[in-house]
Amino acid sequence: MNNHEYIKNILDSEKIGAVNISAPYRDELYVTVTGADFGKVCSLLHKRLDSAVMTFFAEDMRARSGSFTVYCAFLSVQARSWIFVRQDVPGENPEFVSIAKDIYSAALFERETNEMFGITPLGNPDIRSLRLHDEVWPRGFYPLRKDFVPPAGKSADGAQYQFRRVEGEGIFEVPVGPVHAGIIGPGHFRFSAAGEPVINLEIRLGWTHRGIEKLLEGKDHAEAVNIVERISGDTAFGYSLAFCNSVEKMLGPEIPVRAQVLRVLYLELERLYNHANDMGGIALDVGFSFPAQFASLIKESILRLNENLSGSRYLKGINIVGGVEKDIDKAKSAVIDEALTKIEKDILALEDMLFSSISFMDRVDATGILRTQTARDLGITGVAARASGIGLDLRKAFPDIYGVFSFAAAKEHRGDVASRFKVRCFETKESISLIHQSLKKLDGCGPQLKIAVLPKEGTALGSAEAWRGPVLVWTRLGAGGKIERCKITDPSFRNWEGLSYAVLGNIIPDFPLCNKSFDLSYPGNDL
Amino acid sequence: MSINILKNSLKKGRVTVKIDPSGIAMPPEMEKLGADLKKAVYAKFGRSFHIREVDTGSCNGCESEIIACANPLYDIQRFGIDFVASPRHADALLVTGPVSKNMELALKKTYEAMPEPKFVITLGDCARGGGIFKGSYYTCGGVENVLPVTLHIPGCPPNPLVIIKTLLAFLQK
Ligand code: SF4
Repeated sequence: MNNHEYIKNILDSEKIGAVNISAPYRDELYVTVTGADFGKVCSLLHKRLDSAVMTFFAEDMRARSGSFTVYCAFLSVQARSWIFVRQDVPGENPEFVSIAKDIYSAALFERETNEMFGITPLGNPDIRSLRLHDEVWPRGFYPLRKDFVPPAGKSADGAQYQFRRVEGEGIFEVPVGPVHAGIIGPGHFRFSAAGEPVINLEIRLGWTHRGIEKLLEGKDHAEAVNIVERISGDTAFGYSLAFCNSVEKMLGPEIPVRAQVLRVLYLELERLYNHANDMGGIALDVGFSFPAQFASLIKESILRLNENLSGSRYLKGINIVGGVEKDIDKAKSAVIDEALTKIEKDILALEDMLFSSISFMDRVDATGILRTQTARDLGITGVAARASGIGLDLRKAFPDIYGVFSFAAAKEHRGDVASRFKVRCFETKESISLIHQSLKKLDGCGPQLKIAVLPKEGTALGSAEAWRGPVLVWTRLGAGGKIERCKITDPSFRNWEGLSYAVLGNIIPDFPLCNKSFDLSYPGNDL
Repeated sequence: MSINILKNSLKKGRVTVKIDPSGIAMPPEMEKLGADLKKAVYAKFGRSFHIREVDTGSCNGCESEIIACANPLYDIQRFGIDFVASPRHADALLVTGPVSKNMELALKKTYEAMPEPKFVITLGDCARGGGIFKGSYYTCGGVENVLPVTLHIPGCPPNPLVIIKTLLAFLQK
């Protein structure tokens, strides 16, 4: 059964008529509904596909149709397809009925849509701004509208963000940030504690907002690759890959196998250096500095390997639409082989050091638990989800080139710091194996690295299971192949909320540890 | 309880092993660079040069490289340079990112909290003029529009060696 029939059957079973279904690609399906049916169809798909909202966004189509379009996407693992539900929202006083009360994982996206487009989600009780801080941004300016003109000055009405407050005897608040003690991105964390345990944590982000989605508008794909590589620098390759996937899907021809295999290799190198970094970070945050320093050496050695292979320590400038720029020849292949042998040995030694330390295990075990149900409700993805018993890994859900590799997806169940640590340990080993396998496969591939592409209009969703989790990029190319809309979804966007649940009941001094075990991106969230 | 911990540590032996840094050896010029850097730091700052770092909207690539300067290979601390937790302890402010509007006030406040004499160093292409984020509705278009900048370390991101070399060249002036 193809995805079209599969979804049609689900909709028919609930007697939802009058919908228009189109399937532009084998892994993308669009269900167009009226505003009245939007919530119903979303709820139905949410339950039947057992999928959280994977992304949700709006698009300003007023110049073409006089209205905005709102999309909500789910993932059907069974049909191997993204399922978009779409409705038109009037151009004047735009609003739609919120779905967040039935599907919590849509809540943050609705807030985002409200602030970036001025489209009100009716009935969503929390529409505070996420990125355009009230203190600096005047009301009534919606950057992602096509007729947006930036405000002349700053907000002058003295508006301030309203934090959720917990009140009661003996409860005190600890505000931290945006500037922190370490060398790290800016975020504001507001703890409410009663005695030692945290009873509420509110995380206010948006401090690194740079207006990426707007910047991408009007760019061609080569310019856009440069920008997306700089959304979250530690995921430069994951981002360029997701973006290229999206545009390549639109343009049609399959890219050469060699390029596909090389992309696996680079993506796994990115996972490897970041996971090694996090293993060290977790050790550092329990005060175990020897393994932490050891891990920083492992990371450095992988960054040097990256530079040796591609000229960039962070794997920038490799992906282009149509393939890759940097080949790996026999000589480089030997270099990787040799480096990996040492890296593998070091990572095993690092793990051993940590697992055999009672005090380390004591600190990470049962600390910062994110329960499976909470993770499902929030729409948590990636490493954090796999540590809480949700097995989704896009490399398995959409195997494409990964289908010819043998590897396993990680899965832990307890949702604590130890589980997130174990997921990383497991994935580093799988990555090493995947890199070895890709080197073998390169031997059998033709030499072609890229194909020429011609600009074309259209829309498509690209994705990559980057090291934190799935990076999704939905793009609309308009005349001359220029970007009209590019929606970026970073796994951090909702995983930050997972962190705020995971710390509940823990003591504030364990916060850095919980935080590091998620290791989320500020700039990826803030865009 | 404590006897168990003791037993366990005896059984396990030493956990800190000698690490073989082969394959990631330092460039030969590093020691010379370091000695010069140390001399400059001693002469100009009376033995230690303290830096406070602020991210005003970087992609975190630059942070990664600054942190790498302190890893056991480069170990910039041994030359008298340290990254400190409070602006009150800092001689210089090291700023990354194009200054998102949300960070403008925090950046100014951090600068104000520093004792005199003080100066500002920008690091990374987007910290100067906004780089790739230039023209965005939400950035201040670089640190120079918010604070006086004395030194810029270019790169996207500059690698640890570039950071160390640029600092040295500046301190020797
Ligand atoms: S200079 Fe480059 S690497 Fe550094 S923060 Fe800016 S975009 Fe990221």
